[in-house]
Amino acid sequence: MSTDSTPSIDTPSAPRTLAEKVWDDHLVVKGEDGNPDLIYIDLHLVHEVTSPQAFDGLRVAGRPLRRVDLTIATEDHNTPTIGIDRPIADLTSRTQINTLRANAEEFGVRLHSLGDIEQGIVHVVGPQLGLTMPGITVVCGDSHTSTHGAFGAMAFGIGTSEVEHVMATQTLPLKPFKTMAINVEGTLREGVTAKDIILAVIAKIGTGGGQGYVLEYRGSAIRALSMDGRMTICNMSIEAGARAGMVAPDQTTFDYLQGRPHAPTGADWDEAVAYWTTLATDEGASFDAEVFIDADELEPFVTWGTNPGQGVSLSDVVPSPEQFDDPNERAAAERALQYMDLTAGTPLKEVPVDAVFMGSCTNSRIEDLRAFASIIDGKKKADGVRVMVVPGSARVRIEAEAEGLDKIITDFGAEWRFAGCSMCLGMNPDQLAPGERCASTSNRNFEGRQGKGGRTHLVSPLVAAATAIRGTLSSPSDLNGK
Amino acid sequence: MEKFTTVTGIAAPLRRSNVDTDQIIPAQFLKRVTKTGFEDALFYGWRQDPDFILNQQPYLGARVLVAGPDFGTGSSREHAVWALRDFGFSVVVSPRFGDIFRGNSGKQGLLTAQVPEEDVERIWRAIEQQPGVEMTVDLVERQLSIGELRLAFEIDDYTRWRLLEGLDDIALTLRNEEAITAFESRRAAWRPTTLPAR
Repeated sequence: MSTDSTPSIDTPSAPRTLAEKVWDDHLVVKGEDGNPDLIYIDLHLVHEVTSPQAFDGLRVAGRPLRRVDLTIATEDHNTPTIGIDRPIADLTSRTQINTLRANAEEFGVRLHSLGDIEQGIVHVVGPQLGLTMPGITVVCGDSHTSTHGAFGAMAFGIGTSEVEHVMATQTLPLKPFKTMAINVEGTLREGVTAKDIILAVIAKIGTGGGQGYVLEYRGSAIRALSMDGRMTICNMSIEAGARAGMVAPDQTTFDYLQGRPHAPTGADWDEAVAYWTTLATDEGASFDAEVFIDADELEPFVTWGTNPGQGVSLSDVVPSPEQFDDPNERAAAERALQYMDLTAGTPLKEVPVDAVFMGSCTNSRIEDLRAFASIIDGKKKADGVRVMVVPGSARVRIEAEAEGLDKIITDFGAEWRFAGCSMCLGMNPDQLAPGERCASTSNRNFEGRQGKGGRTHLVSPLVAAATAIRGTLSSPSDLNGK
Repeated sequence: MEKFTTVTGIAAPLRRSNVDTDQIIPAQFLKRVTKTGFEDALFYGWRQDPDFILNQQPYLGARVLVAGPDFGTGSSREHAVWALRDFGFSVVVSPRFGDIFRGNSGKQGLLTAQVPEEDVERIWRAIEQQPGVEMTVDLVERQLSIGELRLAFEIDDYTRWRLLEGLDDIALTLRNEEAITAFESRRAAWRPTTLPAR
């Protein structure tokens, strides 16, 4: 079969957004009378943490996994990032990994285990293999599935019941999302990155601002980003409450995809590109909400609190709870300052850190590592600061080593690790000790996220690098003369 | 799933906003491969503080949790729902829920009742004036009753219907087997397949 024929439902002729087009092209059954639509899922990514109970559910009900050829699994959350040739020391982690291996074997699911060349964080592996493409639907039992929206895919995180549902039916019953345009126009200053854009978006609309929406990132500043940068932005859509974020596919997308192992080839490629080119939001299509961000004005961003919306420019001071009119926000700020052990009015650049974490599905791709390495090249890390660099996948690690980045990182005094989720959530031994403060390129600064009692400041790879050099929260522009 | 119509039980006030799922259940408890037995993991970090509300009687036996806005944000972990359920909760009341959490709840028979922020404040005050007061949550009428208060709550029609009927989503979807197969027969060749591995 060479073409997608039009689904047997009515095709709207009114201008549509990118999200609406992808949705319409995956309608299996249109919901009537307030019932959800039934949406087809093109790609199901699986990892060890949210899948065991779903496989169990299939077994109990005697149901097969409908499409193993649209399913792929990797080990990432529990896996150690050193000594990966030895058995996993933590018994419960080892059991969970072994459970995934047994389930993959039993149901015939393709699995990339620790030590495999394709192993890595699930959201790094999918794009790298060329499985993530424009115009497809992607799900995973992981809220950062929104990452894949960078390709113009509809990609969102699901719970374990839904994981089982997709395994059994390759579909999900869903109500259509509302649409929100995030317009980012202008040119980023030197030292300002995709990470700073998304932290600014979340600070602007809040952790609940995107609830019920799919975000479409648009505008000249988004078009100018590489795929790695777009993935960083879409990754954190969930931190604004949105299940999905998307960027319309363009030549940057096609160039990234072409030649990857699972990308279409020959006539299929031409047909795919022709289709992908039709996906961009139509002129005149309307969004349910719109937000505008001036890229020219953005500075390196940092979070000061315990949710990702609690962020400011790095050149600012720690805000005072009195600045917040909303009583809930004020109370949350008070709690956050107490947890973070910060005093209102302190310049953020005077805040010292104990650790720097460079990694996670937000910022662990090759360009992130290059950016980090470009700042630390030839320098030494600050005394007493622990710096951990964790590539997103085994392939990224190999690529970095081929470019000599590992040498720059180890000469700097940082730890060069194997791939995984690592200290983003500390399910493996990579954790902060109670009270330790970390500048982290990850996505969540929740209480205890990186280890019980740990304190997290979310930053870009460039800020992480400058902070590792100076020992206090810093941007590369603070390094002159050092 | 059991049918859900009405629940009556002690309501516990959680005066916090932005209760993310990392707080509801920290990552260390996600290593288990079972679906039950998460009651001790619920709010594990906060429960280290003896003054935390769910360490206080009468709230150890609470069935309704009343929280501030943006409850259940962040990670998709369905373990958050399992932990609330295992502790004994049947209902969470909040002005706003994380999308994934709300979806997960509906599939596990945990009712997410959405009420305006000012109503949450009224409920908190009612509980604090009379700790241990019971709340009745009537899904048929979409109404909460506590003391003298009678408050409407929101839940979407589809989730309500599924909860009332105790329906299994997968069985419902599989009624559309023919439509799914027909859709698959139209799927373009360029769309991704994971096998054979390349």
